[in-house]
Amino acid sequence: MIDVEMPQMGESIVEGTLTKWLKKPGDKVERDEPLFEISTDKVDTEIPSPAAGTLAEILVEEGKTVGINTVVGRISDGASSSAAAAPAPAAVAPPPAAHATVAQSDGASHVDAAPPAPVAASAAPVAAPDTGTIVEETAGPLSPLVRKMARENNIDLSRVKGTGIGGRITKQDLEAYLSGQSGTAVAPVPSRAPAVIPTPAPVPSPASVSAPAAAPPREAAPVPSIVPAAGPANMPGAAPAMRVEPMTIMRQKIAEHMTFSKHTSAHVTTVHKCDMTKVVKLREKLKGQFQAQYGFSLTFMPFIARAAVAALRQYPLVNASIEGTNIIYHRDVNLGIAVALENGLIVPVIRNADEKNIVGLQRSIVDLAARARSRQLRPDEVTGGTFSITNFGSFGSIFATPVINQPQVAILGVGAVQKEPVVIEDAIAIRSTAYLALTFDHRLIDGALADQFTAKVKSILENWTEEVM
Amino acid sequence: MREVVDTVATCELRDLGRVSYDGALAIQHDLVERRKRGEIPDQLLIVEHPHVVTMGRNGHLENLLASPEILAGAGIELHYTDRGGDVTYHGPGQIVGYPIFDLREWKRDVVAYVRALEQVLIDALAEFGIVAERLPGATGVWIGGAKVAAIGVHISRWVTSHGFALNLDTDLDYFKYIVPCGLTRPVTSLRALGCAASRAEVTKSVAAAFGRVFERDVRGAKMERE
Repeated sequence: MIDVEMPQMGESIVEGTLTKWLKKPGDKVERDEPLFEISTDKVDTEIPSPAAGTLAEILVEEGKTVGINTVVGRISDGASSSAAAAPAPAAVAPPPAAHATVAQSDGASHVDAAPPAPVAASAAPVAAPDTGTIVEETAGPLSPLVRKMARENNIDLSRVKGTGIGGRITKQDLEAYLSGQSGTAVAPVPSRAPAVIPTPAPVPSPASVSAPAAAPPREAAPVPSIVPAAGPANMPGAAPAMRVEPMTIMRQKIAEHMTFSKHTSAHVTTVHKCDMTKVVKLREKLKGQFQAQYGFSLTFMPFIARAAVAALRQYPLVNASIEGTNIIYHRDVNLGIAVALENGLIVPVIRNADEKNIVGLQRSIVDLAARARSRQLRPDEVTGGTFSITNFGSFGSIFATPVINQPQVAILGVGAVQKEPVVIEDAIAIRSTAYLALTFDHRLIDGALADQFTAKVKSILENWTEEVM
Repeated sequence: MREVVDTVATCELRDLGRVSYDGALAIQHDLVERRKRGEIPDQLLIVEHPHVVTMGRNGHLENLLASPEILAGAGIELHYTDRGGDVTYHGPGQIVGYPIFDLREWKRDVVAYVRALEQVLIDALAEFGIVAERLPGATGVWIGGAKVAAIGVHISRWVTSHGFALNLDTDLDYFKYIVPCGLTRPVTSLRALGCAASRAEVTKSVAAAFGRVFERDVRGAKMERE
């Protein structure tokens, strides 16, 4: 058996993502024939097979990110499948490459716990991935926080057992170590250890050192002395305590957008309680007829939208955006409506929302939401919004603090409409209420304006007069 | 430590003008094979594509805002390719560069290669008084938070293909088809930034910067069509 390893595609590179296997287990492969593809930072690389033979097994699945020199698969030379005598000479050749890197860090963390002799003497196919994983445990990237904690508390990291992904040392591991759990410590290390430990790992990324495919052998490995006593996640044979899955592009974009917004705007949220009784009654009265006449149901959203549009007309600064040190006032009111997708969200825009009545707004909302979910939106339907509304009430939330949809300066969140006892002129009545939460950018909008705006929305809803149909 | 080379290696520059995406792929494929066999020196292809949206190996249809039917309706081709990165758009007004480069004769480092491509474009733009920069964690070249050039590379036995796309006077509206706007950083072009440089001028600067960054003697060459 020949081990196939994750190659190092450059000096600074510590890991790669296996994007595609070009062969299936059982496929014949020629030496130097492309075997799999890896991806590092916008570069995709075809990796040729190190030997001719048959792809015997795949140890690292597509989509997984593993450290360099991790064994990702094995090739049998085809001459013998008994795996005992014949493959032995072949197996001797590739492991030294892995062992060369293993040797120092292995010594760093496991000199006493896992004596090198049995590793070298045991069957190569088992030993190689095992030691390969141990490399990850100590040589893998450490988070800046962990490095800082270790430095400040003068901790020798080689004495701390990592329980994070791929054996990575986490903050919890350090805290457990500091709190004196002797079970987490391993034997003292020889002098060469420090040479390995302080090596700064370049840009640790969350996806790094996952090596899930290599994890089971580690957990089954005979190193009980370094397994924490109280670590159910590390029980031999237990299922992995976590699963690593790459984010979808949409998820990455949402993450980027949300942090960008939080870093850009001075978010403040103000919350007003709104009596929705009048709107609730109106909707109850009309919804059957509305559905029959237009073919879609009447919700609270067009009422909220209509009220927001009127308030935006009265307070144009809430419909503005910031460019450098200029305030951009938008002529049109283009209303973004947050739509939850199965694994994300998108904010399609109702253009010139102030020109639409309740029916028109409801029609637009139904249409945009449906097409957002089936990915049929046109580009101009998700751009150019000047203000957004998000209806988390439909999921049961009573109020939340939404994140501003850049480059807008405010977003209105609507909580669930619920019946509750309310004091009106010293009498208790049952009313339908909802919380209106306006998150505004305090760079441009002061609290007084935000509250005037929200009070206007509230007032329109509470005293609804407009004909619906 | 890199070994010191006495003579500067040659890189042939082939400015092919408007080429279809398929056509450019075929040319690259041919040159990559010849480069692997050592029959030709390093190459720098410069092209311009008709409207096309390409999905890289890590691309997801989710990142394509418009459905393939809508793209077709707008006259945009959709291609799946073997380069790194996700979805991108190419079209008129872009300077697209495809270096066919043997990294064994450079640094054997794919990340260093990508960083060097960024440097080439940053240096080239500096000649027009434009300060472009890298953004950590976001490969490409950026100006004031907007992306002016995209990078995506494929490597086979250390020989590169695909490369970079620099927006000269690209119609930026076309980018709206590929990423949900409002969920990503904006794109820009030299023209949108008020730079009036011509395609020939910018191409010349890019080629010169390429030679300086990669330490190659960049020479114009004709493309023999077979």
